[in-house]
Amino acid sequence: MALEKITQVGGRGVYVPGDDLDTDRVIPARFMKCITFDGLGEFAFYDARAFAKAEGQTHPLDDSRFTGASILFSGSNFGCGSSREHAPQALYRFGIRAIIAESFAEIFFGNSITLGMPCVVMTGEDIRSVTKLIESDPAALLTLDLTEKKLSIADMDFPITIAPHAHEALVSGKWDAIADLLEGIDAVRTRVATLPYMAA
Amino acid sequence: MSQTLLDKVWAAHAVRTLPNGATQLLIGTHLIHEVTSPQAFGMLRDLNLSVLYPSRTFATVDHIVPTDERAEPFSDELADAMIKALRSNCAENGITFFDLPTGKQGIVHIVGPEQGITQPGTTIACGDSHTSTHGAFGAIAFGIGTSQVRDVLATQTMALHKPKVRRINVNGKLSPGVYAKDVILHIIRKLGVNGGLGYAYEYGGSTFDAFTQEERMTVCNMSIEGGARVGYVNPDETTFEYLKGRPYSPKGADWDTAVARWKATASDPDAKYDDIVTFDAAEIAPTVTWGINPGQAIFIHEKVPFPNEVPEKDRATAEEALAHMLLKSGNPIKGTKVDVAFLGSCTNGRLSDLQEVARYLRGRKVNKGVKAIVVPGSQGVASVAESMGLAAIFREAGFEWRGAGCSMCLGMNPDKLVGEQLCASSSNRNFKGRQGSPTGRTVLMSPLMVAAAAISGEISDAREVFDIK
Repeated sequence: MALEKITQVGGRGVYVPGDDLDTDRVIPARFMKCITFDGLGEFAFYDARAFAKAEGQTHPLDDSRFTGASILFSGSNFGCGSSREHAPQALYRFGIRAIIAESFAEIFFGNSITLGMPCVVMTGEDIRSVTKLIESDPAALLTLDLTEKKLSIADMDFPITIAPHAHEALVSGKWDAIADLLEGIDAVRTRVATLPYMAA
Repeated sequence: MSQTLLDKVWAAHAVRTLPNGATQLLIGTHLIHEVTSPQAFGMLRDLNLSVLYPSRTFATVDHIVPTDERAEPFSDELADAMIKALRSNCAENGITFFDLPTGKQGIVHIVGPEQGITQPGTTIACGDSHTSTHGAFGAIAFGIGTSQVRDVLATQTMALHKPKVRRINVNGKLSPGVYAKDVILHIIRKLGVNGGLGYAYEYGGSTFDAFTQEERMTVCNMSIEGGARVGYVNPDETTFEYLKGRPYSPKGADWDTAVARWKATASDPDAKYDDIVTFDAAEIAPTVTWGINPGQAIFIHEKVPFPNEVPEKDRATAEEALAHMLLKSGNPIKGTKVDVAFLGSCTNGRLSDLQEVARYLRGRKVNKGVKAIVVPGSQGVASVAESMGLAAIFREAGFEWRGAGCSMCLGMNPDKLVGEQLCASSSNRNFKGRQGSPTGRTVLMSPLMVAAAAISGEISDAREVFDIK
C-alpha cells in the first residue's frame, strides 16, 4: 500500500475563528447515523452555518469568496471532544486538505493524520496575520511546505510546527499506519503470549 | 523502580517501535459500538483483512437505541440500519455482541466494567472518547477514531505515542452533597479543557482512596473533557472487590494470581511524574457549567462570570457561551429556569448514581414545567434498580423510567432537546447542539443536582432542596 508522500499542500485559505471548536460542532451527532463516511462533506459545521444563515450572516465555509479553499485556519484546541473520525472525514470530504491552528485535541489530530490531512500549529499572532491577508485577498494562494516547515502566502513565510512523528509519517507516505502494523503481526503474537489476560 | 502504572502497562504491551518512532501498542481489550465501527468493518473488507483476535473484541449498541419504544425495526431507518450492520459484522467475525435481547446491553463504558471485561493493568480501546472511563480500574484506555478501530480489529494494535503523566491529588473528605462529578468538573475548571493535552491523568490522594469504583469511573470518564485522552486510578482493594465474581473476571485460583498481578501494576510509591497538581476536597462545592464547554463551570453559589473576569484568551469563547446559553453575567446561576432534567449517561448512569438520588426522592414531585427522564446506563443497571424498587421511586416522583442507552447525552436517538430548552444534565458535554437541538442549552451537574433542578424547576443547590447538612 504505497501512499502519497505529503510534503506540500497548496490552495486557498479559509478562517473559521474560535477556540475549543469541538467535533460536535464540526459535525453534529445526528449526521453520524450512517454506515459509511460518504456524503459527510455537506454536514461540516452544519449547525454553525445554518445559524449564521438564520442570522442573516454568512459562515466562512459558505462565503463565496472562500469557495474551494482547502486550508482551514482556526484557534486553539481544535477538534476537542468526541473521538468521531466523522469530523476530519467531513472536513476532508468538504475539500479541506490541511488544518492550521494554535493547537489540536489529540484524538482529532491522530484521526486527521491517518487520513493524510496535515494538522499544523502556528502562533495565534501568525494565524491572525495570515487570515487578515486571506480576508483582504481571498484568491491568494498559500503553500504549506512540510519539508521546509513553513506556510507561504504572497512573498511572506510563516513558521509552522508539527509533531515529529506526524511530520515523518506524512512526508514519508506512512500516514496510514495499517501497513506498518500488519508487518508486525508475528511480534504481536509473541507479545500476546506474554499476557495472561489474553490467553483465554 | 520509580515507575508509574502507565510506564508498566505501556512496557507490557509495547510490540515494537514503528519506523516513524511511534509505538505499536497491543490493545488487549477492544470495545465497539454501532456508530464508529461499521466503516471500520467496511475498510477491512476493502483491504481483504480479517479480525485477528475476535475473542478480544466486545460489542454493544448504545448511541442510537431508542430508550422508550425499543421494538425493531426502529422507526428511524438509519438507526435500524446501524444496529443491523453491527449485528451482522459481529456474527460474521465471531465477536461477542451484548445485543438488546441479551439483557446485557448498555452504554459501552458501563457494560465493560459490569461484565468484568475491564481489568487492571490492561490496555483498552474503543471508538468513543469516553473510553477513559475504564482507567478507573487501572487500565490504560484510549478513545480512538474509526481508522484505529480498523487497526485494532486487524492487528490488535495501534500506533501510539506514550503520553506524559500528570498526577492529580485530591485530598480530604468531600462535604455532604458534593460528589465525584463535582470533583472532575472542578479539576477541568481549574486545569482547563486543553490542560491535559499530551498527558495521561493519574488521579490519587485520600479522596480517591475513599471513592467507590463507580465514583472513580465518573471522574476518569471526563478526563477527555480536560484534554487528557487517558485518565486512571491505581487499582486497590476497592477495585478488586468490585471485579470479584463478575462474568469475565478471573475465577478460582486464577483470581488470586490476577490480583497479585494487578497489585504490581500500580504506580510505585517513588514514581516520577511529569507534573503534579493537588486539590483540597473541602474546597469543592456542588459545581455546574454556565457555558459551552465543561471547563466553563462555577460553584452553585457563584454568579455567571463577566467575560472580562476570565483570562483574555478565553474571552471570545465566554462571550459566545453567554450568547448561546442566554445567561446574563453577574446573575446567580441558581434560579435559572430548567425545562428538561436528564439523569443518565456513561458519566452518571450507574446504579450508585440512581441509588443516591432515590434516597432523597421519596415524597418529592417533579416540577410541572419540567420533563424529567432517568436512563439507566445498562440493562443490568436497570434490572437491579427495578428489583430494588428504585424505578418505582423515580416513577412516583414523576420521572420517566427509560431503557438503557446514551439517550439525551447526544442527539443520535429520539431523546433530544427542542429549541432553546435548558437541560439540567448528569452527562459530560455541554457543547453547542450536543443534546440534539442546535440552540439547546446544557448545564452539567451531579445526579442529585439534576434531581434538585427537576423538583424545583430551576437550577438549585441540592443541599437546600433536600436539606443536606
